[in-house]
Amino acid sequence: MSELKLMKGNEALAEAAIRAGVDAYFGYPITPQSEVIEYLMTERPEERTGMVVLQAESEVAAINMVYGAASTGKKVMTSSSSPGISLKLEGISYLAGAELPSVIVNVVRGGPGLGTIQPSQADYFQSVKGGGHGDYKLYVLAPSSVQEMADFVEDAFDIAFKYRAPVLILSDGLIGQMMEKVNLKEQQVRLTDEEVIKLNGDWATTGKTKNRERNIITSLDLQSEKMEARVRRLMKKYEQMEQEDMRYEEFQTEDAEYLFVAYGSSARIAQKAVQLARAKGIKAGLLRPITLFPYPKKVLFDLADQVKGILSVELNAGQMVEDVRLSVEHKVPVEHFGRTGGIIHTPEEVLEALEQKFIK
Amino acid sequence: MNVLDIIKPENQVFCKSKLMTDTTLSYCPGCGHGTAHNLAMEVIDEMGISEDTIGVAPVGCSVLAYDFMNIDITQAAHGRAPAVATAIARTWPEKYVFTYQGDGDLAAIGTAETIHACNRGENIVIIFVNNGIYGMTGGQMAPTTLEGMRSSTSPYGREIESMGSPLKMTELVANLPGVHYVTRQAVHTHKHARKAKKAIKKAFENTRLKKGLSFVEIVSNCNSGWKMTPLESNIWMEENMFPYFPLGDIKVNGILK
Repeated sequence: MSELKLMKGNEALAEAAIRAGVDAYFGYPITPQSEVIEYLMTERPEERTGMVVLQAESEVAAINMVYGAASTGKKVMTSSSSPGISLKLEGISYLAGAELPSVIVNVVRGGPGLGTIQPSQADYFQSVKGGGHGDYKLYVLAPSSVQEMADFVEDAFDIAFKYRAPVLILSDGLIGQMMEKVNLKEQQVRLTDEEVIKLNGDWATTGKTKNRERNIITSLDLQSEKMEARVRRLMKKYEQMEQEDMRYEEFQTEDAEYLFVAYGSSARIAQKAVQLARAKGIKAGLLRPITLFPYPKKVLFDLADQVKGILSVELNAGQMVEDVRLSVEHKVPVEHFGRTGGIIHTPEEVLEALEQKFIK
Repeated sequence: MNVLDIIKPENQVFCKSKLMTDTTLSYCPGCGHGTAHNLAMEVIDEMGISEDTIGVAPVGCSVLAYDFMNIDITQAAHGRAPAVATAIARTWPEKYVFTYQGDGDLAAIGTAETIHACNRGENIVIIFVNNGIYGMTGGQMAPTTLEGMRSSTSPYGREIESMGSPLKMTELVANLPGVHYVTRQAVHTHKHARKAKKAIKKAFENTRLKKGLSFVEIVSNCNSGWKMTPLESNIWMEENMFPYFPLGDIKVNGILK
């Protein structure tokens, strides 16, 4: 049975993980996402579905636990916040290199360094430009509501297993901490070990049986030609993601003369700014990338023919704006507006920025 | 006895385990890794558990263990094998999970993962090959490098004052309640190899009985890193490594010796 509840974003994500039939969660406490592991520990998912939950000794250990369970074909996830994700990046690079399906959640706070525990979107570069070492990308989903915190867990695992690749849910302290109503899907049955072997036994390390060669999980190829082939294989996956699984949402763009581009919590604020602008007679619209990689480049390129200016609205000092500029190829002026340090811009501030940069 | 008699199965004393592949070992001639690999594979074969065994390879000389062991293996990031093994054992509680790690991997960069996997009493086997040096990267100082021992990063010998004392990880983890079995072995002679095999077998038996963590240290040589002939390195090991890292059981059935 599906169920309507009032929940925090972090809790909705945790509950959705249990209901999606996730096999294991490994985490380490950090504000503002500790509710994820607290909720899981309180709910005893071991008894509900057999899901394993373990508090690791560090973010580094947690991501390597994800690597271990993922290498055996299990559905496994972790969550953290910015400084913790920095620690996980080594493991994330290994997950990408070894082609392991897995889900990582970043409930972003302000940085750099220990920064602040308040919401931020300053991990955009880290999320979409690699972050860890080597040639790889993450499929990045950016929820902008508590409902999407729940829904994206299943979506993320679908993509992770479709491509055998790590997927990042890039949330922030605002979406993680705020309460909204959320429609929770009904409980899915967790796969049995036999089903995991049947589905993933051609690559996962589930124990070598006589009817197959041994399975090896590694990101190492000491021969350059083999390593280059591996990198090319990864790039092919990313191309396929761009063709088949790019997601975005448009709001009042049909007749828009000015365009906001914003994701996650900023998209919620920008949506209100569109309404305020329209009330003043300014024809504004919003493009909200739902996946930050793959990025809606073509959509932006086409919208650039129609609008007079684009404002990239982000809770950071200007990161996604670079991708907006790359997408529109100088067809139209592109500016950035955003607060940092954990300050959340108001819709009025966003509208004022649009007016100042393009209209006045 | 002629050659034909010698190669008869009933006269065979030692042979390559069926679970070792035919891939040429990447280890230097004289190195103990090959023997340690073979012993682990013999135990897994004799126990009939190869279909239910998942190995975790480290970073270091034995990073390519998966080329030589004909079982499913996941290769972990440097030092993280105990965390990787933890997750495999937790999500597949009926499997036999072991890590195979060197001293740089286990006792330096992976210290936290080692101690916490041990402290949680994960139902896994850790095989820890200690040769007192970083072999793969070319003979740098390890946490287990002996006092006065020369390496490329302690070219005048390890100085305790500035570089600390050689770390006895095995004694350290033996004190943790989650650890069921701790032993220190060697593989440079037939006698030692037979003992080491018994120890590895006991460790995997503990997994079968769900006794928690078993920790088998193998003090080994690194003739290349130590810049000695294989024979010299084994003699040096007996004279210098064994006094500091004495062989024998340290904890059996959860009780310190």
